[in-house]
Amino acid sequence: MIERDDRREGAGRGVGPAVSDEGRKPRSAAHEIERYGALFAERTRVMKSSAMRDLMALTARDDLISFSGGLPDTSTFAPGFFTELMGRVATGSVAKALQYGPTEGLADVREAIALVMEAEGMTVDPDSILATSGGQQALDLVCKILIDPGDVIIAEAPTYPGAVPTFCSYQADVIQIPLDRDGMQIEKLREALALLDSEGRRPKFIYTIPNFHNPAGVTMSLERRHELLRIAGEREVLVLEDNPYGLLRYEGDPLPTLYSLDSDFVLYTGTFSKILSPGVRIGWLVAPAPVLRQLVLGKGSADLCSSSISQYFIAEYFQAGPWIDYVRSLSELYRRRRDVMLDALAEHFPREATWTHPQGGLFVWATLPDYIDTTDLLARAIEERVAFVPGRAAYVDGRGGSSMRLNFSGVSEDEIREGMRRLGEVVREQVALYSTLTGQAPADRRGASGQGAQPGTAATDERMADVLPLSRKRAG
Amino acid sequence: MSRVAVLKGGRSLERQVSLKSGARVEESLRRLGHEVLELDVDVELVNRLSADRPDVAFVVLHGRDGEDGTVQELLEVLGIPYTGSRVSACIRASDKVLAKHAMRDAGIPTPDFFAFSETAFKGLGAAQALPAISSRLSFPLVIKPASQGSALGIKFARSATDVPTALVAAFSYDRKVLLERYVAGRELAISILEDSGRPWALPIVEAVPEQESFYDFESRYEIGRTRFVCPADLDAVLALKAQSIALDAFNLLGCSVFARVDLMLDAETAELYVLEVNPIPGLTETSLLPQAADAAGIGFDDLIARILAAATV
Repeated sequence: MIERDDRREGAGRGVGPAVSDEGRKPRSAAHEIERYGALFAERTRVMKSSAMRDLMALTARDDLISFSGGLPDTSTFAPGFFTELMGRVATGSVAKALQYGPTEGLADVREAIALVMEAEGMTVDPDSILATSGGQQALDLVCKILIDPGDVIIAEAPTYPGAVPTFCSYQADVIQIPLDRDGMQIEKLREALALLDSEGRRPKFIYTIPNFHNPAGVTMSLERRHELLRIAGEREVLVLEDNPYGLLRYEGDPLPTLYSLDSDFVLYTGTFSKILSPGVRIGWLVAPAPVLRQLVLGKGSADLCSSSISQYFIAEYFQAGPWIDYVRSLSELYRRRRDVMLDALAEHFPREATWTHPQGGLFVWATLPDYIDTTDLLARAIEERVAFVPGRAAYVDGRGGSSMRLNFSGVSEDEIREGMRRLGEVVREQVALYSTLTGQAPADRRGASGQGAQPGTAATDERMADVLPLSRKRAG
Repeated sequence: MSRVAVLKGGRSLERQVSLKSGARVEESLRRLGHEVLELDVDVELVNRLSADRPDVAFVVLHGRDGEDGTVQELLEVLGIPYTGSRVSACIRASDKVLAKHAMRDAGIPTPDFFAFSETAFKGLGAAQALPAISSRLSFPLVIKPASQGSALGIKFARSATDVPTALVAAFSYDRKVLLERYVAGRELAISILEDSGRPWALPIVEAVPEQESFYDFESRYEIGRTRFVCPADLDAVLALKAQSIALDAFNLLGCSVFARVDLMLDAETAELYVLEVNPIPGLTETSLLPQAADAAGIGFDDLIARILAAATV
C-alpha cells in the first residue's frame, strides 16, 4: 500500500486537495471542487440539498401514492376547452403572445386578477397589480426589495415549506410565531416584537397565510386579523398576505382578507395556480404605490416579464366565461377528497396522532407522538409506496420533526383511502415498537367511528402552542 | 472499445447520489471511447440487459439491491461481466452487522456493538436487555440501520432515554439495527484500488465538517459543507497503520477491485477503528475515492478505465 504513496509525484502532504494539485493537474476533480466551492456566494451556504430532498426525490415515482405535492387536479380541465382557448390566442394574438410583454403584466390579465380579488371581497385598481411568475416569484421579489442580510422576517410556525429556502437565500433572520386553531398567535407575536424591540430591531415584514394555511390547514380568525393589522399599523410594519386558496372553501363563511381590511400596510399575493393552473406560472402582487414601483423594478431585473403565452391564455380564459364555475367544481371535488382523508385519518391513525380539520385549501397537518421522526418515517413509508412532506420542511430551525403535511387535492378518493391505510399501518407499527421498547402498553387504536377528527384537532392546537416563541435561525 | 451498461439510480434511498455518480462515470466512459448504455434500474432491468447484451456492466448503484449483492447475482446469472466486488463480498460488506462480526472475529478493530432485529424486540423481549446493553457499551451510543449506506437513520443516544426513539428511527430503514459505541475523533476514509491484481491503499482522505458536529448525510455529498483534506495530516506511522487496517478489512470481506473503508481515529487514545466498508463508494464530484485516486496521480478517467478493465464475469 505504501508503494502507492511513493508514486504520488509532487503530491505533497499539504492541507487540501487544491494545494496538492497546484500546477500539476489543472483538470483534476478535487481541484475543481475547491475551485467552484470558493466561488459560491455566501447565500448558497443555506441553499443546501438535504437528506429530506433526496428522500422527496423518491416520492416522484409513479408506483407510489404521494400526499407530498401541493398539486391541484389539472386533469379536470377539459382538453377541448384548452384547444379552443389556445386557438383563439393563435388567431387573435399570435405575434403578441410570442413577444415580450409589459413587466407589470398584460392589461387584460391584471383586469382578470382584479375580478378574482373582487370575488374575495377586494376592490382593487388593475394599475396597482403586478403580475408575477407564480406566487413563488412574489415571495422572492418582496424579499429582493426589502431584505438585507440579517433583516428580520416574521413567519408562522409552521410556514409554507417553499418560503423557507426563499427567505434563507436572502439571508433573512426568520422568526416563526406558533399557530393554533385560529391562526398566528398574536400574543406570541407581541412577545416576539417586544423582544426584538429590546434588541433595537424590527421586522421588515410579517408573512402570513391567513386562509387554509399551508401546511397547517388552519384559518386566522377575524379577531386576529384585526389585531394583526392593528399591530402592523402601529408599528408601520408590512404584512405579506399570501392567499393562494381563499376561493377553495369547503365549509363555513369566508372571512375578509387582510388586504380588504387595510390596504396601507398589506402586500397581497395571489395566484392562478390553485384556481386554474400552476403550469401557467402566473401569480400576482398588490402593494402600496411606492412599494409596487420597487417591485416592478425588481421584476424587470429578474425576468423582464412573465410568459406572454401564459398571459394570453389567461386573458382568453377569462373572456370565455364563468371562471368561477370551474373554481366551484374544484372546490366540490377537493371537499370530497378532504372528507375522505379526514375519515381515513380517523380510521387508520393511532390515538396518539392529532391533525387539523381544514375548512378549505389543500392540506391536512398531522402530528405524531414526539418519539416518531417523520423524516425517518418517510423512508419507511416509501417502502410501502406512500409519501408525505416531513414537518421539518416547514420550519427554519429544525422543529416540526414529528409532524407531516398531507395533500388531498391531487390524489383520487380511492388512492387517499389506500394511501392512508398504508401510512396508518406504518405509523401504528412505529407506535407499537416504541411501546415495546419502553414497556408502555400500546394505546388502543382509534375506532373507525369517524368521530376522531375533533379530538385530533383540539390536541393539535396544544401541540402547536407548545413551542418556543422566539426560536430563530440566522440564515447565512 | 466496449459497450458498457452503466447501472445507476434504482429504488434505494441513495438514488440521487447514485444518479450523480452514474452521470460522471458515463461522461468518463464516453471520453474513453466506449459506447454507453444508461440504465436507471427498475423492473425492466433484466429485459433490457438481455436485449442489449452489453459487454460489461458498470455498477454505480448504492444501497439496497445495488450494493448488497442483488444486482451482482443477476449479472452472474446473465453472464455479463461487471465491475467491483463479487456477490459474497457485497453481502458481507453491505450488512454492517455481518461485517463487524467478521472483523471482530479476525481481530480487526471495530467499535464495540450489539445488533438486534426487530423481531428480537417484538418477540423476545429484547427491550428488557436495553439497560444491560447500555452499561456494556457506555454512552453516547450510535444507533444505525444495519444496511443503510448513507448517514440516513443514524442517531446518537446520549443517554438511555434517547435509545427507544433512536431505535424507532433506525428501524425505519432496516429490520436489523446496530448499537455501537461512539468513537469521538477524526473520520478517515481510505480508498482501496487494485493494481496488477493486488489491492493498494490510496492516500487517506480526512473529512472535516465545517459546521455540523457530526459528519452527516447533508455534508457528505454537497460542495462546501465538509472540507476534505487529502492526504490527511497524519503522523506517517499512524497513516501506515490505518492503511494497513483498511487493507485487512478489504481482504477479510473478500472485496475486489475497489472499495472505501471508513475509519475513526479516537481523539483520546489514538486507536483506529473500522466503521464500515463500502463496496461501491460514491463517484460524485465530492466523493472520496476519486479524490484519493487523484492525490495518488490517478485521474478520474484513469480510475474508471482501471475499474472497467478489472470487470469480470
